[in-house]
Amino acid sequence: MNNTIKNRERTDWWFRQLFRATGLLTIGLLGGIFMMLLLNSIAFFIHVSPVDFFTGSQWDPESAESKYGIAPLLVSTGLVTIGAMIIAVPLGVLTAAFLSEVAPQRLKMFLKPIIEMLAAIPSVAIGFLGIVLVGPGIAKLFGIQNGLNAMNGSVLLAVMALPTIITISEDAINSVPKAHREASLALGANRWETIFKVVIPAAMPGLIAAVMLGLGRALGETMTVLMATGNAAVLPKSFLDAVRTITATIAIEMGEVPYQTTHYFALFAIALVLFAITLAINLVGEYFAGRLRKFQS
Amino acid sequence: MSDSKLSAQGLNLFFGKKQVLKNISISFKKNQVTALIGPSGCGKSTLLRTFNRMHDLSPDARIEGLIKLDELNIYDKKIQVTEIRKRIGMVFQKPNPLPKSIYENMEYALKIHNFPKQEIPALIENALKESYLWDEVKDELNKPAVQLSGGQQQRLCIARTVVLRPEIILMDEPCSALDPISTSKIEELIVRLKKDYTIVIVTHNMQQAQRISDDVAFMYLGELMEFDICNNIFKNPKNELTKNYVGGHFG
Ligand SMILES: Nc1ncnc2c1ncn2[C@@H]1O[C@H](COP(=O)(O)OP(=O)(O)OP(=O)(O)O)[C@@H](O)[C@H]1O
Ligand SMILES: [Mg+2]
Repeated sequence: MNNTIKNRERTDWWFRQLFRATGLLTIGLLGGIFMMLLLNSIAFFIHVSPVDFFTGSQWDPESAESKYGIAPLLVSTGLVTIGAMIIAVPLGVLTAAFLSEVAPQRLKMFLKPIIEMLAAIPSVAIGFLGIVLVGPGIAKLFGIQNGLNAMNGSVLLAVMALPTIITISEDAINSVPKAHREASLALGANRWETIFKVVIPAAMPGLIAAVMLGLGRALGETMTVLMATGNAAVLPKSFLDAVRTITATIAIEMGEVPYQTTHYFALFAIALVLFAITLAINLVGEYFAGRLRKFQS
Repeated sequence: MSDSKLSAQGLNLFFGKKQVLKNISISFKKNQVTALIGPSGCGKSTLLRTFNRMHDLSPDARIEGLIKLDELNIYDKKIQVTEIRKRIGMVFQKPNPLPKSIYENMEYALKIHNFPKQEIPALIENALKESYLWDEVKDELNKPAVQLSGGQQQRLCIARTVVLRPEIILMDEPCSALDPISTSKIEELIVRLKKDYTIVIVTHNMQQAQRISDDVAFMYLGELMEFDICNNIFKNPKNELTKNYVGGHFG
């Protein structure tokens, strides 16, 4: 009798150590990545002042006077990502609402695998699509020479973020209790009022999470934007200008830059900025989701 | 029967092949409380939900027979279900406030029926007073409704129904999730509301049925076994099954 209890306690102890170890490992990895970015960035800021870095309007490390202004890259990333979200968020949430609340079972069984398959397309293939199809389409539509621009990137990133946004939004909408729907309908609301004024607001914390994940996908995507946005590290004036995102810049320049030069460290600095943006967006999203959760049982 | 407000004639309901309501004819009188009693699974909730067409949501439910609100056939194709549900409100077994603030819960009901904006605050205050909730919540109307106690939530759900001035209020075991004090508050409320509304209430609590109801309907396995004034059902039941049930011998 006593022995079994001892055994269980020992197993318990081992499992606790195991969970602690895996937890620490994850935190360690994250911390390590952060430290690597930070230390290399500090090395960069010894050579270039943060003021020049953030306010300079040119990114041209190879020129004689080596310009390290992050603005063109930051604006490029912002433009492409915001554009992608403008397309993907309404489309994704509405598709999710349609799938979960309106679509007949058979249509749903047909659509869901297709949407999930979208997530499995490699980013190179999407980039290719941008070069041969979407880009030329945009060029024709707006009567411009070249469709490799921010809008092209936005459309492609929207396509890539959609499966994430739809799948997670649908889960969020599905998990809204039936009691909320019944409460609304019993008051005489119709189906649309119930979907838009009760179900979607009730699913909002989950929808925010869905958008955050989609946004993370878009912010971090490299290959597609590298192929499809023209790669001009110049401050863009509109969605129809060629852009070069932070990720594309790192991917393009990292292979050619000599080890531990200012230029080399600069790439860590812009990566750190991207990391900070992603983190900030997630924290803000979490804050709003938390506030909304107070209204739920 | 002249003062009948809501009635069912020859009502049959099937879920797929299974018949859950069998040839039910019943009529509820205006400004009275009618209690539906019977053992678990006999079809009380199912019957109640036919009156505000909640079964419209389940594709496998099939209904035969006639249900009339005054002279109106509520399953008439020409009639909008939203209008029916405004006139026949429902309070559920488990309090189901929407994930919004107290005020927004009330406001939602009024907004979907396009009540004029400037009238809304007064209507809300009035309905909360009628539901004996105003004094408890008037200083925290913007608080999430789920932070109220269970009994307060249920009174909010009643207030949310009452604010639309329905003609009938259907209640499905509205006190089953509540403590005795909240229960007596709601019973008091029900008795007061019958002045203005016709109330149909499902209950498993025989004392409660005796305290609040004028008429009582006893159901058994999908059939209406006996329907009479409260006193007769409890003191002088005609049906052997009714007698056993109200005497606490089964169910
Ligand atoms: N949506 C549905 N689909 C199929 N069968 C159902 C459905 N809803 C209820 N039933 C069946 O109908 C019968 C009556 O159920 P109902 O909920 O009306 O009983 P009740 O009298 O309200 O019971 P309780 O007192 O436990 O609430 C039960 O046998 C139940 O299994
Ligand atoms: Mg029931």
